[in-house]
Amino acid sequence: MDFRVTEDQAALQEGIRSFCEGRVPVDALGGMEKQPLDRELHGELAEMGVFGLRLEESEGGVGLGMSEAALVFAELGRRLVTGPLIWSHLAAGLVDGAGSGECVVTGLDRTRASNEPILLEYLEGAGSVLVLEASGVRRIDAAAIEARAIATPLDPLTPLHHAAALPEGESIGDAALSARLRREGAILSAAMLLGVCESTLELAVAYGQQREQFGRPIGGFQAIKHILADMYVRQEQVRSAVYAAAATADGRGVGDVDRAVATAKLLAGEFALKNARACVQVYGGMGFTWEMPPHYYLKRVFVLQNAFGSADEHALTVGEGLEGDAG
Amino acid sequence: MPVDLRYSDADETFRKDLRAWLAEAVPAHGAPPPRNDWDARREWDSGWQRKLFDAGYAGVQWPKEYGGRGASLTEELVYYEETARAQAPYIGMNFVGIRHGGPTLIAEGTELQKQAHLPRILRGEEIWCQGFSEPQAGSDLAALKTAAVRDGDHYVLNGQKIWTSFAQKADYCEMLVRTDPDAKHRGISWLIMPMDLPGIEIRPLPTLLGETDFSEMFVEDVRVPVENLVGAENDGWRVTNVTLRFERGTAWAADIIELQRMLRDMATLAKHVTHDGASAWDDKALRREIGHLSAEVESLWAMVKLQISELAKTGVPGLGGSAIKLGFTELNQRIYELATQLLGRAGMSRSDVGELPGGLGSGRIVEKYLNTLSLTIAAGSSQIQRNIISERILGMPREPR
Repeated sequence: MDFRVTEDQAALQEGIRSFCEGRVPVDALGGMEKQPLDRELHGELAEMGVFGLRLEESEGGVGLGMSEAALVFAELGRRLVTGPLIWSHLAAGLVDGAGSGECVVTGLDRTRASNEPILLEYLEGAGSVLVLEASGVRRIDAAAIEARAIATPLDPLTPLHHAAALPEGESIGDAALSARLRREGAILSAAMLLGVCESTLELAVAYGQQREQFGRPIGGFQAIKHILADMYVRQEQVRSAVYAAAATADGRGVGDVDRAVATAKLLAGEFALKNARACVQVYGGMGFTWEMPPHYYLKRVFVLQNAFGSADEHALTVGEGLEGDAG
Repeated sequence: MPVDLRYSDADETFRKDLRAWLAEAVPAHGAPPPRNDWDARREWDSGWQRKLFDAGYAGVQWPKEYGGRGASLTEELVYYEETARAQAPYIGMNFVGIRHGGPTLIAEGTELQKQAHLPRILRGEEIWCQGFSEPQAGSDLAALKTAAVRDGDHYVLNGQKIWTSFAQKADYCEMLVRTDPDAKHRGISWLIMPMDLPGIEIRPLPTLLGETDFSEMFVEDVRVPVENLVGAENDGWRVTNVTLRFERGTAWAADIIELQRMLRDMATLAKHVTHDGASAWDDKALRREIGHLSAEVESLWAMVKLQISELAKTGVPGLGGSAIKLGFTELNQRIYELATQLLGRAGMSRSDVGELPGGLGSGRIVEKYLNTLSLTIAAGSSQIQRNIISERILGMPREPR
């Protein structure tokens, strides 16, 4: 057992982090309006190996596992990097050009029966749409989908289209593939939510040190300190759960992989939301403005929470998992 | 490879042997004695410790030369997993010796001190208690006043301690004393105080459980030999922080595993309890709530593994222990509170009422719930942990001290 991140992994993490800091600075968020898909950014991420990370080198990939992918996606989440990143990553090796970034792939998880409206992220600019169903995986040409753009998506950085129905498309995989992609998608979205936990804490800490009231930094008041400490504990709980889920998916864990993944996705979603809300609160009135960064994170949580299984679904998986070994 | 949670073959061999040993030893040790029968409790707790020692399972991670097993930290984790699984006797009166005093001596004691105490602690021959808190020095522990004045080759101690667990049965006390009244943190020393010295008076202080595990301890002209000083004079605060960090780090591993078991028991309990012909477990909202609690326990367990991986490299538990302590103790309360509420009217009784499946007892659940109230207070309250995290990890301005 060695649960630490290795030097190689830390270097990979650092590489993505410094790319993001130069390319998508959080400072530039202030007042940012609706973002169309940034094809250039998508290409640069592909070049860095973000999409082909887990493909074998013979297939043009990097040959790494979920543990490394989780570290990379945490960095992407941390900087609110835009694009259908998880879907394009999942599609690498399944859809031509997904790994290399030539074909932007978005997707939709319809594994669980639901009468929710069909909302697609980043449809404009995408080449293909992956659809996960309990019975298998379908690929649909993005151009074949009739949909109207949502004028005011909750997350200004995640454009949405509403479709009344989806065309049939082609089947590209069975139920087992669908289950695997969903599990991997859950880990990667949990990783991005870990990034949200980290950045909201980082923002709140910086603001707490800089903002003064009653003649001293507000971070000196225990009322604020204790909010920050709770954010830290939640962040570390999410980190441990996400790393554990990724290790388990890579075959380096203990126990049931679905339980580990549900644990990570559940905690990541709930705790990222709590941390984002706490960040808005620490910013005070400024936290309620469009100009300040906290609301972008809060809104992104809802995008990530509604992908690859809801909090309720995962809570039930974890709870009912106790039944098996009860007694 | 990295980010690996698996146990090694050596760990698994250790597990297999330990499990087989526990399967016979635990039932053979019998049921614990009544709570306030102190002689019987000491005998029971020490007797179990002795059995562990004879079988080679005492001080799994302690150095071999002092009677430990000299095994790895991961084997220690396996030890916690297996003893919890087998519902082996709780560490009980051996707590301070095994979890605080011993580790502090290993880190800071002289060779003589180590040889004098460590093997005896492991064999269950020495029970330790903790003389840290005072009536006016709780969260502000460094405000402690119990004076130790040098007189030849002795310190003469005068003052009062509080929350001293097992004081009436302890052989030694890890005692924090004031050796420099003009300094605060840098005027404290760490002493090994034999409990049979003249001038020590113990007054039991019943807890809200009605038990007398706690005491007030009064010391009047107690003469402690200077050679019982651990670390340098006036360096006791640093020595203490070594102990406290052990307390806040890996020491929670065993309790987190217990909590995993408790959640499985909660599923059993929820299936047993019925209202209007449906079991509590039939309620999806309850299954989800238990799922939330279980996910939090699992994440804390993973945090312990991360912490242990760090500790294996650096030898000292990091500040992350504060986060584990804070998260675990708060969560523990929520879990037992839910279990007690699930019991319904049976939750009004501290003794077992009615028949529960899986060897569960309603009274034991209620008592454990009450006990969880101490965890967010002892060893640095949740509020102190939040200050520590905020100031030392996140860099917020420090409180006056």
